[in-house]
Amino acid sequence: MDRNAKLEILADAAKYDASCASSGAKSTRKDSRLGSTEGMGICHSYTPDGRCVSLLKILLTNYCIYDCQYCVNRVTSDTPRARFTPQEVVQLTLDFYRRNYIEGLFLSSGIIVNSDYTMEQLIHVARTLREEHGFGGYIHLKTIPAAADELIEEAGLWADRLSVNIELPTESDLKKLAPEKKKPTITGAMSHIRQRRDEIQSDRKAGFKAPRFAPAGQSTQMIVGATDTPDAGILRTASELYGDHRLRRVYYSAFSPIPHADARLPGLAPPLMREHRLYQADWLMRFYGFNVDEIVDDAQPDLSLEHDPKMAWALRHREFFPVDLNTAPREAILRVPGIGTRNVTRILKMRRWKRIRIEDLKKLRVVMKKTSPFVLADGHNPGLKDLERLDLGRKVQTKHRQLTLFDAAGSALTGEV
Amino acid sequence: MITRSAKFFEEWRAIARELLQSGIRPDDIRWHDRWQKTNTLLFADEESDDLPTREQIAKPFTVSPKFLLLAKKVAAHRDPQRWELLYRVLWRMTHGERHLLDVSSDDDVLSLTKMDAAVRREAHKTKAFVRFRSVQRDGEEYFVAWHRPDHYVLRLTAPFFSRRFPEMRWTILTPYESATWDPTAKELQYGDGVPASEAPSPDELEDLWKTYYGAIFNPARIKLKAMRAEMPMKHWPTLPETKIIPDLLADAPRRVQTMISQTEGFAMSATNFLPETKTLETLAHAAASCEGCDLYKEATQTVFGQGPASARVMMVGECPGDQEDLQGEPFVGPAGQLLNDVLQTVGIDRDLVYITNTVKHFKWEPRGRRRLHKKPGAREIAACKPWLEAEIDVVKPDVVMCLGATAAQAIIGRDFRITRQRGEFVETDWSPLTIATYHPSALLRAPDPDARANMQSAFEADLQKVADKLNGHEAA
Repeated sequence: MDRNAKLEILADAAKYDASCASSGAKSTRKDSRLGSTEGMGICHSYTPDGRCVSLLKILLTNYCIYDCQYCVNRVTSDTPRARFTPQEVVQLTLDFYRRNYIEGLFLSSGIIVNSDYTMEQLIHVARTLREEHGFGGYIHLKTIPAAADELIEEAGLWADRLSVNIELPTESDLKKLAPEKKKPTITGAMSHIRQRRDEIQSDRKAGFKAPRFAPAGQSTQMIVGATDTPDAGILRTASELYGDHRLRRVYYSAFSPIPHADARLPGLAPPLMREHRLYQADWLMRFYGFNVDEIVDDAQPDLSLEHDPKMAWALRHREFFPVDLNTAPREAILRVPGIGTRNVTRILKMRRWKRIRIEDLKKLRVVMKKTSPFVLADGHNPGLKDLERLDLGRKVQTKHRQLTLFDAAGSALTGEV
Repeated sequence: MITRSAKFFEEWRAIARELLQSGIRPDDIRWHDRWQKTNTLLFADEESDDLPTREQIAKPFTVSPKFLLLAKKVAAHRDPQRWELLYRVLWRMTHGERHLLDVSSDDDVLSLTKMDAAVRREAHKTKAFVRFRSVQRDGEEYFVAWHRPDHYVLRLTAPFFSRRFPEMRWTILTPYESATWDPTAKELQYGDGVPASEAPSPDELEDLWKTYYGAIFNPARIKLKAMRAEMPMKHWPTLPETKIIPDLLADAPRRVQTMISQTEGFAMSATNFLPETKTLETLAHAAASCEGCDLYKEATQTVFGQGPASARVMMVGECPGDQEDLQGEPFVGPAGQLLNDVLQTVGIDRDLVYITNTVKHFKWEPRGRRRLHKKPGAREIAACKPWLEAEIDVVKPDVVMCLGATAAQAIIGRDFRITRQRGEFVETDWSPLTIATYHPSALLRAPDPDARANMQSAFEADLQKVADKLNGHEAA
């Protein structure tokens, strides 16, 4: 099979991985002869699904001995198979990189022979790029959870980012759809990576010259909608991962209709809106000081599809509003719908030199329809009287509807979503 | 009215410093942008404008580094008004509004912020969308790109490319300027701009890049607005992958339909045939009409497990063979005979044993007049697994013994290797005492008598371990 045919199969098999970040490695590796990492990720292209193309995202092979029900590469699927040699991946990465098509390589793999063997193959690619070609670009390696500790440690030396897929939100989901994957093994691998990173950081603080170890941290991916676990379960798991293992990112991937899905999986449309809401909730936890239990609780285990989670919280907590932009602390302004972190910072800075007026918000491009019922500032604010209205939720709603698979197929022709 | 012209930030900075020192108010100066093609005669004598002698300001001006950073970016904006805007803000900051930049809603600050954002974005898109093409000249490889940025961002970005590609010879051409990197001398040189017609010819790697682009795109999600917002059409001529977007979109519905039909097409497994109440009798009866995979079409009958529900050991083989298929019972051929002999040798009573297979139908291919046994595939094993799980559920054996790799991989794990993990008790979801050994037919197929003898003794030793466990348990 030629390089083109293999690439087609092994990139197609990788399109279910949501991660595309190439950011986080703040300095270029010493002695690099080709490539750099300066902290900022760069998207070199965009595909018609709206996603960015930043890294060469491929599988080393899509042969796999496992039978995870949600995965297109499961052993029982009869998807066409291919396998790159490590050398082919190295060459392809260099060829694309020199032409400035990519930021680097995202390499994952189906599991062949066993976990250790597979991990060794991935490491071999990364090591060859670093040592033989002086490659200083970004490398993201998928860590095979059951691989030996020393292999994970070596992977961290060559890679900028490591990720271990949590796959499904709860242990019982795993049992049902991926009985061969064990949650303790997965979280064990994560905490091992975290420990190594901590050790190296403290060595550096103590003035030792410690080697690099996954400088861009670790991320993970969760498949959403393959089981009936509610958003609360998903976000609690994410919250644990951010807390216990200090993950940089949790990616959510709406369960796409994949070839040969199983009777145990709902073969419905990809709930893209739900995925979008999960990302918004995730941001609230990471940047807006929200606790997971404020976003979802047992009474409301699923996120609203009509409103973004911040608006949904504001509608449930009218007693918290209006927030006075001239006196309220940062934490309170962060909770105002329609005002993002950057504008919060701007408002706080402006406040030292002048009174904040409603007109200022307009100039900062705040979405007034969302924001005005919830704030006090100098000047006329007609929206404020709506705060007590029972139907405020309808008034502030943005036009969105759940995208179904058939819509997507139809809109493929028109391009409208 | 004084006139000054600038092209780059450093020029403007030097001039602005001088004007500020002389107390020239923003209204008293006319700025000219030298990127603009205008009648240069108008400005020929500009530098000789004498500054009015004002009282020299005693203390030197200081301005925040934040402003300088901002000004550096804004200087690359193509709006000819930027020089006067920068000077006006500088003036205000040094005349009583030191914290002006904190007031984000001020009109001048808003304009600066907007320009800064536009330049940053353009610089970022330059780093993203510059596409080098490999060009051979005098046996040397050069990398050349033609790119059209909206602002004068080449000098902001060229150093980035020299850090990223320190050992390549490269040139970036734009309509305004060009930048060339010499890897030996380690220096950047700037030259004239060139029109699009000077762009290098396509690179042979571009087809491979298009293949990648088409494959990584998920046809079940179409978000063209998002794509266009981030990848403006003005850059499409230099991005080869954009040529195949119409084809990708035209093909998307077909790909999605395929996905859907395949999603619905593979819902078959034994799950659909399991009986309501599960006893060995009801299971065997229901399994007789199982069509969870295609093997039932070519097999004579289902060969279900055999043994009492009270059995303490469950032995799991691979799948029925020719004899089993005809008689409808597991392990009745030569391999079954061998197994019975060894059970007797180690003293395991056949009444304590429930014996079954991972797959319940015979899989074969014709070879002359014989039916040659074929190894079941992963899909058949997965489809049949509910039967095996139900059998374990009903029998609840103390020990589960896997005979051969197929059973071991189905029960212990896909990465099980008979050569390394044979004869060890491990805990599985099915039993705390799970053990794997050779399939007896592997002994029959051994290549020579020595190998056969070795395997036979290992096989006997493994069964002895099971016998010991059972006896140990009997005491309890």
